[in-house]
Amino acid sequence: MSEALVAAEAAGAGVEPVPGASGARQFWRRLRTQRAALVAAAVVALLVLVALAAPLLTAVEGQDPTTYHPSLVDSARGGVPIGSFGGIGGDHWLGVEPQTGRDLFARLVYGARVSLGVALGATAVQVLIGVVVGVTSALGNRWVDQLLSRATDIIVAMPLMIMALALLAIVPSSFPRPVLVALIIGFVAWGTIAKIARAQTLTLKELDYVAAARLSGWSTWRIARRELLPGLAAPVITYAALMVPANIAIEAALSFLGVGVKPPTPSWGQMLTSANVWYQAAPQYLLLPAGALFVTVLALTVLGDGVRTALDPRAASRLRVGTGGKREAKAAAEKEVES
Amino acid sequence: MSLVQVTDLSVEFGDLRAVDGLSFRLEQGAALALVGESGSGKSTVASALLGLHRGTGARVGGSIEVAGTDVQQASDDELRRLRGAKAAMVFQDPLSSLDPYYAIGDQIAEVYRVHTRVSRRAARARAVEVLDRVGIPDAQRRSRSRPHEFSGGMRQRALIAMALACEPELLIADEPTTALDVTVQAQILDLLHTLREETGMGLLLVTHDVGVAAESVDEVLVMRHGRVVEHGPVAEVLDAPTKPYTRDLLAAVPRVDVRRTAPGAVSEAGARDGGGAMPEASTEGAKSVSSGHGGAVSPGVAPGDAATVSAGASPRGARAGSSGASAEGAEDVLSGGVAAACPGVASGGGGVGSSGGSAEGAEDVLSGGVAAVSPGVASGGGGAGSSGGSADRPEAASPATVTENARGVTSGASGDFVLEAAGLRREFGRGKRALAAVDGVSLALRRGETLGIVGESGSGKTTLGRMLVGLLEPTAGEVRYEGHARVGVNPAVQMVFQDPVSSLNPRRSVGESIADPLRARGERDENRIRGRVTELLERVGLEGAHYDRYPHEFSGGQRQRVGIARALAADPRVIVCDEPVSALDVTTQAQVVALLGELQRELGLALVFVAHDLAVVRQVSDRVAVMRRGRIVESGPADEVYDNPQDPYTKQLLAAVPALDPQVAARRRAARRELAAA
Amino acid sequence: MSGFAGFALRRAMGAVLTLLVISVIIYVVFYATPGNVAQITCGPRCSPEQVHQVAQQLKLDDPLYLRYWHFLEGILVGQDYSTGTSVAHCSAPCLGQSYQSDQQVTQIILTKLPVSLSLVVGAMVLWLLMGVGTGVLSAWRRGRFSERALTGLTLAGVATPVFVIGLVLMIVICGQLELLPFPEYVSFTDDPEQWAWSLLLPWFTLALNEAAYFARLTRASMLETLAEDHIRTFRAYGVGERSLVGRHALRGALAPIIALNANDFGSAVGGAVLIETLFGLPGIGQELVHAVNVVDLPVVVGMVLVIGFFVVLANAVADVLYAVADRRVVLT
Repeated sequence: MSEALVAAEAAGAGVEPVPGASGARQFWRRLRTQRAALVAAAVVALLVLVALAAPLLTAVEGQDPTTYHPSLVDSARGGVPIGSFGGIGGDHWLGVEPQTGRDLFARLVYGARVSLGVALGATAVQVLIGVVVGVTSALGNRWVDQLLSRATDIIVAMPLMIMALALLAIVPSSFPRPVLVALIIGFVAWGTIAKIARAQTLTLKELDYVAAARLSGWSTWRIARRELLPGLAAPVITYAALMVPANIAIEAALSFLGVGVKPPTPSWGQMLTSANVWYQAAPQYLLLPAGALFVTVLALTVLGDGVRTALDPRAASRLRVGTGGKREAKAAAEKEVES
Repeated sequence: MSLVQVTDLSVEFGDLRAVDGLSFRLEQGAALALVGESGSGKSTVASALLGLHRGTGARVGGSIEVAGTDVQQASDDELRRLRGAKAAMVFQDPLSSLDPYYAIGDQIAEVYRVHTRVSRRAARARAVEVLDRVGIPDAQRRSRSRPHEFSGGMRQRALIAMALACEPELLIADEPTTALDVTVQAQILDLLHTLREETGMGLLLVTHDVGVAAESVDEVLVMRHGRVVEHGPVAEVLDAPTKPYTRDLLAAVPRVDVRRTAPGAVSEAGARDGGGAMPEASTEGAKSVSSGHGGAVSPGVAPGDAATVSAGASPRGARAGSSGASAEGAEDVLSGGVAAACPGVASGGGGVGSSGGSAEGAEDVLSGGVAAVSPGVASGGGGAGSSGGSADRPEAASPATVTENARGVTSGASGDFVLEAAGLRREFGRGKRALAAVDGVSLALRRGETLGIVGESGSGKTTLGRMLVGLLEPTAGEVRYEGHARVGVNPAVQMVFQDPVSSLNPRRSVGESIADPLRARGERDENRIRGRVTELLERVGLEGAHYDRYPHEFSGGQRQRVGIARALAADPRVIVCDEPVSALDVTTQAQVVALLGELQRELGLALVFVAHDLAVVRQVSDRVAVMRRGRIVESGPADEVYDNPQDPYTKQLLAAVPALDPQVAARRRAARRELAAA
Repeated sequence: MSGFAGFALRRAMGAVLTLLVISVIIYVVFYATPGNVAQITCGPRCSPEQVHQVAQQLKLDDPLYLRYWHFLEGILVGQDYSTGTSVAHCSAPCLGQSYQSDQQVTQIILTKLPVSLSLVVGAMVLWLLMGVGTGVLSAWRRGRFSERALTGLTLAGVATPVFVIGLVLMIVICGQLELLPFPEYVSFTDDPEQWAWSLLLPWFTLALNEAAYFARLTRASMLETLAEDHIRTFRAYGVGERSLVGRHALRGALAPIIALNANDFGSAVGGAVLIETLFGLPGIGQELVHAVNVVDLPVVVGMVLVIGFFVVLANAVADVLYAVADRRVVLT
């Protein structure tokens, strides 16, 4: 694909291949000024806490996510939970799952683990592979660059879901499933990060201060580490922050289809597989995982937007809600000072 | 009724007061320039005239009347009717100012149709008409091209054409030539001049370049920090400025036809070019030396004698005319003495001058005394000096020139030269599409000498600079350091970069950036590092306490100083300066140039000064090479090349430089016309 | 125009190359896995003789690259299978035989393809219109309340996974409000009107998510373009806001939008799989999920390849469209 397209993609992702001028302190300062992002961050923090504390929470409740409670469902009526609102009560805070009688709260809470864990794992894999490929491609000679760029194009061209689906089919089930799902999602989706890393590295290596480092006598390796990698942090972090919610959605989708995380390990997507059938008798069976997914992805997306704004305020200031007026005036002032 | 009447204009962006209490008047058909450095608010004023600040959150106070419309009170509709039809604006960067997706003709037609009710066909015809008027050849066909298919100068003409389409009464030009090469700039200014004569349009010109203003307008208004500093007819303000800021500003402007002189010379001579007492004094000095006594010391200006000058604006480092002159003398001498031994001798004049702008230094060298920095040259100079002046001009003495019209030639006795380039060539692209940015360039640099490389964009001078430093590998030819061919980076040859923003790592403190070369060499002792960096910081005019500050806390000029300090940290023998002052204001330019000169004298550095600004290059260089399309078309001692150019391209370049004296400007305009007709 | 034609040609060749590499990767990944390929392919209910037969037909004795070569041959010119008793001909493009369902893969795909295409293409039209329209509107009304509301909406749209939207919509519209019957696919050739009705809900579901994403993208791109210098120029010449936004900014914003639409096609295909499963539409996606569950290798391989083909095609088309939108790209 042409360079222009890469730039367009990066721009579309809200990431501009531009030398970042802000330090960590400024980043935090800017992040703190955005209320929406702060709220989102709080929500995310809460979710992470819940996920980490899952065993504790379920111990308090006195249940676990995998034990069947057939006595709590009415097999005569097809497995509808006994009791109002799907069996909510002191024993089961959020009721039980139809047909299996498994505790819903426990499954929800452990599901948080799976969703967040898989998403983070997948993102880590994507960033790792993407950055290595992108940087090597940008710094290597023409052949290396061509080869790696082609490989990246192919990865980008292969439809995520399809590949993930298919790959999941062939790997034997002995392999721990959540890890597998994370790895596979990671392996099929590193393309865009690689492109961003490559574009940014190409821009950075033309900068004068990199040339100055060469003149000082540093080796390429040292320069890559000292000058280039820090410059990559901004766009990569920005994109990664937006990839986490995407990965959550993908894992949920795969589990929904029955190919992702398989029972008995709980996953929010998995819980939705047949939820539409039960929505009348046990509405929370649909609403809770769906709501959890919605809130999680929303919070992470808003946080990602906030991170992007904090890392590159000039570009992002136009993207924020309610741009105009004072902000444009500030930008105009900045321009005037520079001109 | 005046064309433009501005009373007590003020513009505020949030807390920043960009313009404060500005008032002026422009009559029909007259021309006014708003001159100022960056941050002076001049562009803001221009935008305010068309009401462009409306809706941006800026607060505009005062009254603005343009072509009968009260901009402040006008309705949106009235404002739209003003814009483009009665007053039109020409912007700075023609590439980004035009829509890249539509044909130029269509864009002009669109603008025309906004203000008139004509058919599309008539509008397109009008577009072709104005494109032709501004001198775009084959206007009919080219009107269907997109902006990126035009060259820079053509694009700017197209922008002007767009402005003309509705026959406005006022043309506002915001830095219309800043992004252009000097020859193209001259063409555009000539075009504006002609158009004004033909249509009687008024002109408001916004520029930071005093010369550009002098060429094109009747009145000038000097701005600083949003306020008026001085206002009056161009001849008066430039000749006899009343305010100190104006004087400083004008003093800092480098002249292209004034020889390198000591500081006092420039400012005393005032704003005029060509004339002035001091320059003559230096020529006197020159004459006395070149009259044949190698040992004679020029009684001319020594830096110490310089009359005190306006606050740091004058280039202290500029070599006294004496050294330039003595260079000439030594040159004759050297070429006479050595020419016999080896043909194709490089003019070693620079070597002499470099031992210090001071007359004393020159004396030392010529009399064979110990020169701190250039042993090779000294002995050569000393030896030759004793034989008395030779009347031969270097030209005659040096055959086999690699470059046309070269009066100083290259690659001679390698031992004398600290840096040489032999047949350098650099191609970009592959196969059929390969372009040679640099094509067969050879040059040589002696210790303590400054070689200026001047050229417009696309001349290859930046590529050449990078090859000299080892950042780019030549496709052919080689670079030699002290006689030995070198490939790749060499710590003894450092570079000062053009862009103060990208030349320093924004995440690293200034002190750390300077310490980088030290660390790369393996220095580990923190105290030593800090000590050395502090030393360097102070040497370049900053403070040791600045060590821990970050680049964004400094101004452009200060950042360039940091860049220089960093280059020095590697203890280089040669520093290649790639447009080191182009991004700076005129006053700051002068300071940085002065700094470079000082350092050169103190440390005996050899400098290669690559730039497009002819005047600056003249001020700093001992020898000059003019580049065009990858080749050196002319080279030689600076004074000779500038005063007596041989190559037509050099003549063209010199004729294009804006002059500060309207009469000189008219003469140059005539000269340009002649050259163009030739 | 030769520059442009050359550009298009180069992209086309690149696409073919990409497809080839993809096919190799897919083939190798699937058929070089550990485990008894023949057993897996044949299915759990096969007798040893049948497994043996399958092994024969797949020519498992041959080295991998040879098998791949046969596979490629099959796609290009067709292949003959011996079923022990007779010879079955599998015409080009032959993607293999599904032993579990006793059909040629190509057949299976051909029957399911129209459904998926209807779904995806229809949804694409919808989401382009909705997304770009919303984005332009957001940019046009920037700073005002309506823009904020729109931005909030699009954010919510992006944040909700597509199948959640589907679930909710299905329950609400079909179950509770009973505005539409639960979707059941009717072929276009049978009854165009019913076809459209049956696809309405799936189209919307798929489109909503993508449209939200697009709206955000368009808005960002438009705002970016609006801040550029050439907009300022035209404003300084008295061109009205509507013209500025509708003509100049949109044109400038278009190119990146097109570029990203290509990428989006891939993710839309994924969404299509979900929608088909959710709404029970007999398309490729649903079939793929089924094949994955029963590990019907030839079907999986064939389908992935076909889907990959369409995605690569979409990418190539997007590349060319991008060049149309922005001629400067042709020079690269």
